[in-house]
Amino acid sequence: MSFVLDYYNYWVVVFLMMTGFYIVISANNLVKKIVGLNIFQTSVFMLYITVGKVSGGTAPIVTEGVSLYSNPLPHVLILTAIVVGVATTALGLSLVVRIKRAYGTVEENEFENKDDAI
Amino acid sequence: MAEFINLALLALLALTALRIIFLKDLFSVVMLFGIYSFLSASIFLNLDAVDVAFTEASVGAGISTVLMLGTLALTGRKEKASKHSSCLPLVVVCVTGAVLIYGTLDMPPFGDPNNPAHQHVAPRYIEESLKEVGLPNMVTSVLASYRGFDTLGEVVVVFAAAIGVLSLLGIRRQKDELVADTGLKEHRVLHVIAKLIIPLIILFALYVQFHGDFGPGGGFQAGVIAAAAFILYTLVFGLKRTFVVVSPKFLAWMASIGVLVYACVGLFSMFKGGQFLDYNQLAADPIAGQHYGIIIIELGVGITVFAAMLSIFYAFESQVERSNVQ
Repeated sequence: MSFVLDYYNYWVVVFLMMTGFYIVISANNLVKKIVGLNIFQTSVFMLYITVGKVSGGTAPIVTEGVSLYSNPLPHVLILTAIVVGVATTALGLSLVVRIKRAYGTVEENEFENKDDAI
Repeated sequence: MAEFINLALLALLALTALRIIFLKDLFSVVMLFGIYSFLSASIFLNLDAVDVAFTEASVGAGISTVLMLGTLALTGRKEKASKHSSCLPLVVVCVTGAVLIYGTLDMPPFGDPNNPAHQHVAPRYIEESLKEVGLPNMVTSVLASYRGFDTLGEVVVVFAAAIGVLSLLGIRRQKDELVADTGLKEHRVLHVIAKLIIPLIILFALYVQFHGDFGPGGGFQAGVIAAAAFILYTLVFGLKRTFVVVSPKFLAWMASIGVLVYACVGLFSMFKGGQFLDYNQLAADPIAGQHYGIIIIELGVGITVFAAMLSIFYAFESQVERSNVQ
């Protein structure tokens, strides 16, 4: 039982990662692919935060009477990664908008063969 | 108790992610993604990452959802059925997942204080940061001081992404006679509520900006929350009126000024005889120098993130309004 308790967080992370991965490779619509990519990305964030957790620790803000803190380093890395993530998502979405304007569709199977038309 | 909450939240998260796979209505997909972001923010909170939870709630659930909805307004809300069979992706995903699960068995157990990740630099941050930097919030100390160069890089990436979006979409200046006022003109209630809460949101953003040294918060979150206030204004009152308040050109200036302020603090500390971003040189007392440095660079971060997020939103919104007019 303690084995499961030790690892279930990682397993859920892997499950979420694979869900995002599946959406990215199987979805037909580009917006949905980007949602999948974001799910994948969030699962990586969760992996880092899981690694940074210390049992019995508290949030890394100095408080009187507390000596055990969780690791602040993964928090810093992920905090900035989230903001950069939304910026790159926005870039991806604007590419989708341009694809819609150029090809008239954002469904993958519909614009595959349209290169000659443009 | 904490484990139980964690388990329940993780189960909800997994269910939400699974549901997203099968939905064809993209509006629901985006809404579920917002829920997914909120749930993961709660999990981050439960795992002691308060700053990360704060960022995920404001950025992931707030800005990402708005941008995705803006894209849907331009590309349509239905996903068409694919002719490809879903067998091959499923096999690929299952095999990769099995390999990863096998890999996790070599990971150190969850939450053990003796894990390798807690042995290297973290003890120094936890024990010395109050003496060396003088701030109670270790995340801010590491973000702005110990790893300040890294954060400068992240701010430049946000700035670059905003430039990328603007060059792909561009903010169109509408000719006044042609375009009627957009926004939700008929909705009185929304007008009143928006006018009431927008000042509070901006006040909260300023609080988060300047209280980040002591509690959760900082420039990244504050910039996004301030941008959210103006996004709300745009949604209710229309783009044309928002351009009067904050023009796109002003935002372009602000985005670059934020990055420059950050970099100039680094250069200034070099001129004072230290290394790049060595705040100890900024004042006679090293701790006071650290305080000055962190407040100024957090301000730079806040300004750039605010301007970048709002410009990105402007770019999407002006596309949407343009397609509505045509």
